[in-house]
Amino acid sequence: MFELKRTPFHERTSRLSLPQNWRRWAGYIVVGSYDLLLDREYWAIRDAAALIDITPLMKYIIEGPDAAKLLHRMTPRDVLKMAVGQVFYTGWCDDDGKLLDDGTISRLAETKFRLTSAEPSLRWLAMNAVGMDVTITEVTDQVAALSLQGPKSRTILNKVCAKSLDKLKFFRLMETKLAGIPVTISRTGYTGDLGYEIWMPAEKALTVWDALIEAGHDYGIVPCGILAMDMARVEAGLFMIDVDYTATNHAWIPGQKSTPFEMGLGWTVALDKPGYFVGRRALEREHKEGSAWKLVGLEVEWEGLEKLYASVGLPPQIPGMAIRASLPVLYDGEQIGYASTSTWSPVLKKYIALAHVQRPYYEAGTPVRMEVTVEHHRLHALATVVKTPFYEPEWKKK
Amino acid sequence: MSANQYDAIVIGAGHNGLVAAAYLARAGKKVVILERREVVGGAAMTEEIFPGYRFTEFSYVVSLLRPEIIRDLELPKHGLKILPLPSTVTPLDNGDYLGSWDDHDLTRQEVYRHSPKDAEAYDEYSRVMARAAKAIKPIISMVPPDPSSLSPRDLLGMLKLGKYARSLSEKELYRIAKLVTQSSADLLDEWFEFDPLKGTKSASGIIGTFLGPRSPGTAYVLLHHYMGEIDGAFRAWGFAKNGTGGVSAAIASSARALGVEIRTNAPVEKVIVKSGRAAGVALQNGDELRAKIVLSAADPKRTFLQFVEDKHLPDEFTQAVRSFRVRGSSGKVNIALNALPDFTCLPGEGPLHRGAISISPSIDYIERAYDEAKYGQFAKNPYIDMIIPSMIDRDMAPPGHHVMSCFVQYAPYDLEGGWDDAKRDAFGETVISTIEKYAPNIRQCIVGKQVITPKDIERIAGITGGNIFHGELLLHQLFFFRPAPQWADFRTPLPGYYFGAAGAHPGGGVMGAPGKLAAEAVLKDEG
Repeated sequence: MFELKRTPFHERTSRLSLPQNWRRWAGYIVVGSYDLLLDREYWAIRDAAALIDITPLMKYIIEGPDAAKLLHRMTPRDVLKMAVGQVFYTGWCDDDGKLLDDGTISRLAETKFRLTSAEPSLRWLAMNAVGMDVTITEVTDQVAALSLQGPKSRTILNKVCAKSLDKLKFFRLMETKLAGIPVTISRTGYTGDLGYEIWMPAEKALTVWDALIEAGHDYGIVPCGILAMDMARVEAGLFMIDVDYTATNHAWIPGQKSTPFEMGLGWTVALDKPGYFVGRRALEREHKEGSAWKLVGLEVEWEGLEKLYASVGLPPQIPGMAIRASLPVLYDGEQIGYASTSTWSPVLKKYIALAHVQRPYYEAGTPVRMEVTVEHHRLHALATVVKTPFYEPEWKKK
Repeated sequence: MSANQYDAIVIGAGHNGLVAAAYLARAGKKVVILERREVVGGAAMTEEIFPGYRFTEFSYVVSLLRPEIIRDLELPKHGLKILPLPSTVTPLDNGDYLGSWDDHDLTRQEVYRHSPKDAEAYDEYSRVMARAAKAIKPIISMVPPDPSSLSPRDLLGMLKLGKYARSLSEKELYRIAKLVTQSSADLLDEWFEFDPLKGTKSASGIIGTFLGPRSPGTAYVLLHHYMGEIDGAFRAWGFAKNGTGGVSAAIASSARALGVEIRTNAPVEKVIVKSGRAAGVALQNGDELRAKIVLSAADPKRTFLQFVEDKHLPDEFTQAVRSFRVRGSSGKVNIALNALPDFTCLPGEGPLHRGAISISPSIDYIERAYDEAKYGQFAKNPYIDMIIPSMIDRDMAPPGHHVMSCFVQYAPYDLEGGWDDAKRDAFGETVISTIEKYAPNIRQCIVGKQVITPKDIERIAGITGGNIFHGELLLHQLFFFRPAPQWADFRTPLPGYYFGAAGAHPGGGVMGAPGKLAAEAVLKDEG
């Protein structure tokens, strides 16, 4: 009881990680990276296939005649319209329309769903399910999960799965067997590339891992830690809870809270859906009145950056990993926001960031400045507000 | 100026008296502090009762010592160290345990083992309480205004209070109103299902009160425990190096450095009153000390009913002080050990020995203990909060040996038939046999034992009624009621006489706030 949890893949992952840089994730420890540099793992995501242990995601099975009704009520998405085998990404809010968490909903059967979340959600689910005919079971520890991301991921899975994945569309799932083990595979991920997430019984986890490593050998499969994934998710414009936004129930002051509109999740808010859902009135109001700020992408202008560094006789120095430090964003010398995650993008060859920017500066094309520290001096580099994702390969949804 | 002439005299060298004296000296006053005993510290006291074994005799943890006092009096320079006390373990009757650690994930995992629902509620509860504490803290830090007064100072105070209350959200206000009126049992029932969790949480709502977890008002006391959460890096929750006597020693050292004269073995007989003003103090040995300012850091009963003759104070005021409730409800058992007690639930030496161990299996258990106390008995199955100081600070006991501090509730001051040696022994035996249920080897390890009843707290530390907070934390004894209506601003009906100890706002605990606020009232009046 005096140690954090280990995932069912620990036996493999712990031996493979050279730097042994463990990271905490929802009560588990997971590998930060396997290599001493992140390059190989990052490029596996973008050019081959990266195998990532994502078991710590919180997982809940919601089952019963009212299962759809519960999720329809709890999230802003139109869950009643969801097809069996479909996956929805969504945030969910408190009644003030402020984001509590985000995750995916998978419709496994007519009356059976799986919800993933970053934070424990049993209590919130139960509170919303009062009076409903539904059972909620947490399966976080029972269901192991691997993410296989990258352009070669489909080819590798086709080698080890009983059924072909060729027809599996973006944000859909299927059941099949992998090396004889019954698994669910969803075409989802946190990298913005072609990719799949494989859900399996925890006790069979190592069989699945070994089969994938073996099948992927000739296609460049690489075990990948969460540090390289962190770079890829910024390129994909995907944010992270308690890094890019503060969960409402973690916030100390109102200013720390966020809404789905502010976080760029307006597309998940189905204001046209029938009936009440948590936060509806507040979100309707915000939709009408507009958001006070938005999470946007920033691209730092390279030439400006070069000039700043040239003044001290250096080429631009960008850390080779995603940085979770708050960097002030300015317009006309006034702070109008901050970047919450910034990273060098190896595939785009750009310095990019996810940033909170106040109205009206959040429109794409707005020229702003972002703080950079050049030889211990805080300077401001020119940057442009851009639409996310920064990177979206044609094969992502194909 | 004669030797016995001072600017200010402080009565009682407990931690509040020392803080008050230090602040007065810091403002350039010539200050003497008078202590009845041969040692300073009051109830924040460490004594070597058995050679080599040092007991943190009365108070045993530091939770709310004000950050501004730590800074102003440069206490770290004077030896203050607050060592971590990272966990609480509640041994259960079925041989299992419930733990809470200083790490969020580990605690969640542990509570989850008993109740997945409670594991999440626990997170949410902690945040809600911390936020409520944050909301209520500015009220606690202010000098309570008198709501019935039209003086500019009080009106300004009420205005500030009202303005602050309006800055809170509706939700926060309702939450605070509820916390202030609810029982801790009702509050915890709203959140949790696992009995030992509720029992352990409810315990912090009864400490220092003569109430049970089902008594209204106890939820507010729970909140006090979250106040420290919001001081951030300055948070001083833990075990003071050398026990709470170490805190007193650091403050005394700072006070001395600021020029305070500390006189021990100097019990006070009377406050000298001249022309309707405090003019000095007469000691029991006949010596007289003169000063324009006298500040009492004794309990309210002594301060107003013993040190000052009735004729100098309005009847209404002395009446209010007489009815101020100071019913002692707890005792201490301090034990010297030649080995660590081995707990069945977590055998061998382990993390539990470095934190608090709580005997609080359920709310019913504690409420039943209270029932006995209500009718004049000490609890046969008491709530016990144990720590093993020598596991945190190795200088508390000889190498390989240990000291254990057991806070025990309930032990009523007014025991049926009165306390005597036999009853004190029986009380000590009850505590040992209760611990024995969970740590069967405890008896073999004991090399010395000090049993302290509320009568002993009164006798040794000089606190009337033996109440550790100098007066219970009851709603009608807090804020502008503490210690008496209209006199919550550290001034008294006798000009020149001030009051700054746990019986004043904001109350007890090794906090130092009353002492500091009283000194500030003096300095304000002096201009």
